[in-house]
Amino acid sequence: MRMVMESPCVSVTVNGKVIELPEGTTLADLLGSEGYDRSRIAVEVDGDICPRADLGSRVIRGGETVEVVSFVGGG
Amino acid sequence: MGSGVRIGIAGLGGMGSNVAVMLVRSGFRDLVVADFDTVDESNIARQAYLPRHLGMSKTDALVSVLHDIDPEASVEVHDTRLDTSNAAGIFSACDVVCEALDDPESKAMLVETLLEAGFTVVACSGMAGDGDANSIVTRRAMGRLWVCGDGVSDVASEGRLNAARVSVCAGHMALAAMHLAQGEEPRFCIQGD
Repeated sequence: MRMVMESPCVSVTVNGKVIELPEGTTLADLLGSEGYDRSRIAVEVDGDICPRADLGSRVIRGGETVEVVSFVGGG
Repeated sequence: MGSGVRIGIAGLGGMGSNVAVMLVRSGFRDLVVADFDTVDESNIARQAYLPRHLGMSKTDALVSVLHDIDPEASVEVHDTRLDTSNAAGIFSACDVVCEALDDPESKAMLVETLLEAGFTVVACSGMAGDGDANSIVTRRAMGRLWVCGDGVSDVASEGRLNAARVSVCAGHMALAAMHLAQGEEPRFCIQGD
């Protein structure tokens, strides 16, 4: 019998929806997979802004709440 | 209503100029405003300026408009492009700041900068075109960030901004700013998504 080892997942809330992400997923990974343009967004984790310069190093932890606002042009 | 609070407005185009007019008309007469641009003919279609303001800086033109409404209005002007190094200082005395810039990268930069610095911000995203006014909402997007607009109508794809639809969104922004500046949470906004 072959055992398949899957990477552990963490449960996080992103824009109100609970999703499972592989442990170690960064905000940059998440935003990339969701198709966000990093130059046009603001990101908050558990009430704190995550500067866009830190998205690549910020690992998402289980139970965290992520809010992403994406801006379109006009004003 | 409006005394003792100061409101910042970043960008004095279709959104910012109309928000400023609504605020002053409503008694919120202490403003800090910033824009580096001048009034041109295409602006007249949706911005609070008149033909006699053509060629003037938007800051000077807006002061003229606002003082016609209320000669006692206090309008601190910054004829400058906002960036990560100056935004927090320019709006330092404001109780709330309205993000009324036009390009999405600048919006993201300004919102991030102001939220990191501890400001309460009302931003706008998605008011282009002449479609459904009912899809423009005020939404609490983060702890200190409210966003007005439909979230999707980009001027790049819609091709134009319409005075009426921009005014609907500007009304949302002005109302949210009035409440937030006085320490009240806008009760009419929708939460999250």
